[in-house]
Amino acid sequence: MSVRHALLGLLSDGPKYGHQLRQEFEERTGDVWPLNVGQVYTTLHRLERDGLVESDDSGADGPQKGYRITEAGQAELALWLRTPPDLTSPPRDELVIKVLVALGLPGVDMHDVLQVHRRYLVELMQQWTRLKEDEAEFDLGLALVVDAELLRLDSVVRWLDAAAGRIRRAGTEPARPTMPTPRIRRRLVARK
Amino acid sequence: MSFLELRDVSKSYGQGPAQVRALDRVGLEVERGSLVAVMGPSGSGKSTLLTIAGSLEGPTTGDVLIDGVALSTMSRNEQARLRRRTIGFVFQDFNLLAGLTALENVSLPLELDGVGAKRAQRAAAAVLDELGLSDRAAHYPDELSGGERQRVAIARAVVGDRHLLLADEPSGALDSQNGEAVMRMILNACKGGVAAVVVTHDAQLASWADRVVFLRDGRVVDQTVPPPSPEALLGRTPER
Repeated sequence: MSVRHALLGLLSDGPKYGHQLRQEFEERTGDVWPLNVGQVYTTLHRLERDGLVESDDSGADGPQKGYRITEAGQAELALWLRTPPDLTSPPRDELVIKVLVALGLPGVDMHDVLQVHRRYLVELMQQWTRLKEDEAEFDLGLALVVDAELLRLDSVVRWLDAAAGRIRRAGTEPARPTMPTPRIRRRLVARK
Repeated sequence: MSFLELRDVSKSYGQGPAQVRALDRVGLEVERGSLVAVMGPSGSGKSTLLTIAGSLEGPTTGDVLIDGVALSTMSRNEQARLRRRTIGFVFQDFNLLAGLTALENVSLPLELDGVGAKRAQRAAAAVLDELGLSDRAAHYPDELSGGERQRVAIARAVVGDRHLLLADEPSGALDSQNGEAVMRMILNACKGGVAAVVVTHDAQLASWADRVVFLRDGRVVDQTVPPPSPEALLGRTPER
């Protein structure tokens, strides 16, 4: 997540002080991502160095130092909002790797391995759902964060279910991982 | 004491080599006020578990107790009365009667149980009101959206003094907003003292439950432990 661009976003509706930016950042992200004040000032210095924000010329950092966004900052923010994050390469997902490694091991019950992870994910989803039940109805930012987490975790559970189905169909014997064809292997390497 | 208890319940269909064991020594306890989700892939025995818990069919071996009474000690008539008075069912496809309004659909189980029409309709209107559906009471099922139909089905399942709600994929064909509304309603019914079992393959749905039980090949293989406070999720530092 880009603190840099989030701060530009907060400054786009008017000049603000550092401590105010921190508070608004936490409020807008449903208090899920706390930000320490040092991180706010470090980021503001970099933004100022890059010409994306300007500060009051009042010397040292402190509650009295205000910041405002520059035209270059507005342009940068507009560009960032519409630039898709890089989702083209599959991430090196640790869970996928664990399951792939387990596939090759003798004496490992794949369904037990998958179930350990499934239960953990569902427990995590129960916590997010509790948060939604208790608070998210009243806080749009938090509701959006909770939805994103629930959908992300749900997709992992679905992957585990799909994996269980594939492994079951592949037979009760521990399946040997099939090697990708050379062409696909090259592509996977290229997308690292 | 648990309101619903399955003790060592097994269920087999067919005979000899063609025999299929749908449930294998399943134990499950659900207290009043709690929502339990049963998760598993299709064919894992989820729906069989629900029909047996609701006395729609009997187990091959084992016992089902509702409010401490074993179903095996009840006559068919007593079981039917239990289903009318104590158990509410919610199905994926709503099962509302097309020729009846929302209000009539909800009051029907009470009337079938011998409650006078006026009293039954007053009770139905009160439940619909509680669930935010009073302006839909006079509508027929085909005049309602999918989400509204399922909410009417839940109203029908909790009307009267039902203490056990059994739901099979209750948000099956609904979008996530409506699915969430359905689960909130079931959870609210639990807060009012109902014991509920929801069977589903959907982790998002299951995550509303106090406890999630996992079925595989007719057996309970695992269950969640009560989740810690959600505050544990907060307080992570963002990346730069």
